[in-house]
Amino acid sequence: MNYAYYPGCSAKGSSADYEKSTQAVCAVLGMNLVEIPGWNCCGSTPAHAVDTELSAALCSRNLDIAAQQGVEKLLTPCPSCLSNLRHTAKRMENPQFRARVDELLDNPAAPDFPGVTSVMQGMAAHCDANGIASFIRKDLGQLTLAPYYGCLMSRPADIMDFGDPENPTLMECLLAACGAKVLDFPLKTACCGASYGIPERTMTARLSARILRLATDMKADAIVAACPLCQMNLDLRQPQAAKEADAIFAMPVLYFTQIMGLAFGLSPDTLGLEKLRVSASALLDKLEPAPSISKTPVEGGQSCE
Amino acid sequence: MRIGVFVCHCGSNIAGTVDCAKVAEIAKNFPDVVYADDPMYTCAEPGQAAIEAAIHEHKLDGVVVASCSPRMHEATFRRTVERAGLNRYMFEMANIREHVSWIGKEQQANTNKSAELVEIAVAKLRNNRPLAAKTFDVTKKTLIVGGGVAGIQAALDCAEGGIPVILVERESTIGGKMAKLDKTFPTVDCSACILGPKMVDVAQHPGITLYACAEIEEVSGYVGNFSVKIRKRATYIDWEKCTGCGACSEKCPSKKTPDVFNEFTGTTTAINIPFPQAIPKKAVINAQYCRQFTKGKCGVCAKVCPAGAIDYAMQDSFVTEEVGCIIAATGYELMDWTIYQEYGGGRYPDVITSLQYERLLSASGPTGGHIVRPSDGREPQTIVFIQCVGSRDNSIGRPYCSGFCCMYTAKQAILTKDHLPQSRSYVFYMDIRTPGKMYDEFSRRAVEEYGVEYIRGRVSAVYPDGLGRYVVMGADTLLGEPVEIRADMVVLAVGIEAAKNAPALAEKLRISYDKYGFFMESHVKLKPVETNTAGVFLAGVCQGAKDIPASVAQGSAAAAKALALFARDKLENDPQTAQVDARRCVGCGKCIRCCPFGAITETEIRNEKKAQVIETVCQGCGLCTSTCPQGAVQLSHATDNQILAEVNALCR
Repeated sequence: MNYAYYPGCSAKGSSADYEKSTQAVCAVLGMNLVEIPGWNCCGSTPAHAVDTELSAALCSRNLDIAAQQGVEKLLTPCPSCLSNLRHTAKRMENPQFRARVDELLDNPAAPDFPGVTSVMQGMAAHCDANGIASFIRKDLGQLTLAPYYGCLMSRPADIMDFGDPENPTLMECLLAACGAKVLDFPLKTACCGASYGIPERTMTARLSARILRLATDMKADAIVAACPLCQMNLDLRQPQAAKEADAIFAMPVLYFTQIMGLAFGLSPDTLGLEKLRVSASALLDKLEPAPSISKTPVEGGQSCE
Repeated sequence: MRIGVFVCHCGSNIAGTVDCAKVAEIAKNFPDVVYADDPMYTCAEPGQAAIEAAIHEHKLDGVVVASCSPRMHEATFRRTVERAGLNRYMFEMANIREHVSWIGKEQQANTNKSAELVEIAVAKLRNNRPLAAKTFDVTKKTLIVGGGVAGIQAALDCAEGGIPVILVERESTIGGKMAKLDKTFPTVDCSACILGPKMVDVAQHPGITLYACAEIEEVSGYVGNFSVKIRKRATYIDWEKCTGCGACSEKCPSKKTPDVFNEFTGTTTAINIPFPQAIPKKAVINAQYCRQFTKGKCGVCAKVCPAGAIDYAMQDSFVTEEVGCIIAATGYELMDWTIYQEYGGGRYPDVITSLQYERLLSASGPTGGHIVRPSDGREPQTIVFIQCVGSRDNSIGRPYCSGFCCMYTAKQAILTKDHLPQSRSYVFYMDIRTPGKMYDEFSRRAVEEYGVEYIRGRVSAVYPDGLGRYVVMGADTLLGEPVEIRADMVVLAVGIEAAKNAPALAEKLRISYDKYGFFMESHVKLKPVETNTAGVFLAGVCQGAKDIPASVAQGSAAAAKALALFARDKLENDPQTAQVDARRCVGCGKCIRCCPFGAITETEIRNEKKAQVIETVCQGCGLCTSTCPQGAVQLSHATDNQILAEVNALCR
């Protein structure tokens, strides 16, 4: 089944491994991700922090492309892109705002934009927990995982529509379907420090350290992320966090798609695991061949939605 | 007809934006108006005297007062005209304060509108007829719904005043929330010790009939003559035989039953007596957990009961009581705090409610009065109290203050220090609200003598640190910086809400409730005990947040209202009732079916079916008048002709 897809710019750079594993896992699930042609950056943090209309113009151009293609639902892996696209769609409901944004565009934007949703929600809508279980080739039963959504995926609640803003549970459902032990991770929606890693490095280090400290104390084998920036702060900047907290961390931080890929028996190479700064090799050692593989979904499979 | 018009200035309330003298001047041109004046304060003693004098001097036979809402002073002015010899229904009121001066600033427009409202009132008055009230007998008996401290106080005061009382309690024992408390502020005396004797008095008073495990099923009738159907829920124990010995719960094998009385801090048996001082001290079976019901076999309690009181086949039964007035004292419940996912949403065992903490403090509680963590039974060293969890929070639609949390949090912090001298307590607060007698002194003691650390600010998150303790993250808004506390236990001062089925009861009692489910008093300031339904009074938190002293005071106040009502042997009805014109009535019966009060019956006049209104039952709602296809039913004092006269005056 084809899905219109907006990768966002991190997918082409800093989170190439997220992109690679997303593509691989979606292929297994029978989701063919089709990039919309000629997309541009959503503006990320700088655009909307400086100029809401500029940010909306950047996003509207992408939404307009999708609309011209007749897309009904657009998937994106990045919570920041999702947030910008959804905020834009909401703001463009205001005619005065739309008029000002249209002035910035070559042509006025399409009157109706397609809905935008996260790849994670797209997967849950595509197949239920049993459907996911049917693809399992490796036993993740020895893995204890700390699901971490970041602050943006579920907030603001009315825009993001991602369950309870303080306690979303979709990732838990997917990871459990893959056979892993999933922690009730209290800081799952806490902020990692986000883009303050550049202007206020110690603040980001402090916030990330809090998350890494809790995952370590809860004896997680890995933190499972859903956001390129969170993953970068927790993984790449882990030494900075350790220094700030005067601690030693060795906490692998994987994307949820990488964990799913491992459960589906995909090779570390296919999932871009070599891109991780904190090695996931300890995790890989804990994987075992799945004892019995059920090819057909069990009746009455539970939906993760 | 000779009509006098009085256009009140109400100080500057009306005169500020209405030219009252001009309105009076205009009124002189309305038909039948022979006198008009614009007094400063019409409701004051000189104002009323002026009306009486004008009635005599100008031989008036009808009076219009243009002033405030009839809900404020209609009764006042009716008495005024009556003193001067007029029938009280030969009076009309035009509301030019709430409907005009308070809502518009333009004097010209306000003056015009006031004159029009006066014209309407005059037109109505010209069609008024004198009406006379009928008297009826009163059943001198009070029904009280809810056996918390407010209901108990009302019951004892009524009974002491010689009025028999029916006390209906939903739970198996009276005592309400107060019975669950350990100590009470500001004197830190034992709750059970001061409430217990009152509960015993209820049980022993010959004038009080107690129905526990019972609820109100139906209410019919009117002030002086209510008929109340009460559902007595099946307890599966014959309470006539039960001696409260407790042998049954000792032997009951179903020991994992949730303990409602202890706020789910422990478990109990499927058959049990909630606490040692329970009134009535009778056992009840929780059928959801009783093996006789869930598995179909057990019967242990039936075997061990020395009185042979167990009856597994018991069904709900009904009893109907005739009473003259009803006091609602249904109390409150804690709101469902688990919507606060940032505090764990109920997933963390050592994050508990203040009421659960009361049970831990109580010597008759699940821990025998020792403060220990529910998760591992260890004594906590650091305890964080969070105030306003579900109070004053617009984000969840609860803007109101729960009133007593500041005080009980101070009390709990003080008691914590008494129980665990080495412990440290922190209180996160928004404001300290302690306006009662000796209240602020008490909360200061928590800070100054007991070293409780008060932090002004909200808590953003509570989460387990993975090592057995909890991280409490918050803001200190006085220092303007974030704070983080490692706690062993967190106690939430959970806000209150109206009892779950309060709106359903309100509808049965035909009283109003606000959008939070609290019952509406007749007047916020001047009638805090009465409702808009005659003969139904309020006591305790069912009317709004209040603490024990205020609940007790309102319980006594409600009893005083009941005793005042019963001081008279006969009551007068309101003659603004429906009247059937038998010549026009075709006996279709539509009015009988639409009447919500059962006030219309069928009768026979010369072998023809006719509708007949029982005047003492009719509440004057007017449903029947608009239902009647023949226009045969007219509401006295709001007849079709009177309403049409008003409309014509306005549309002329």
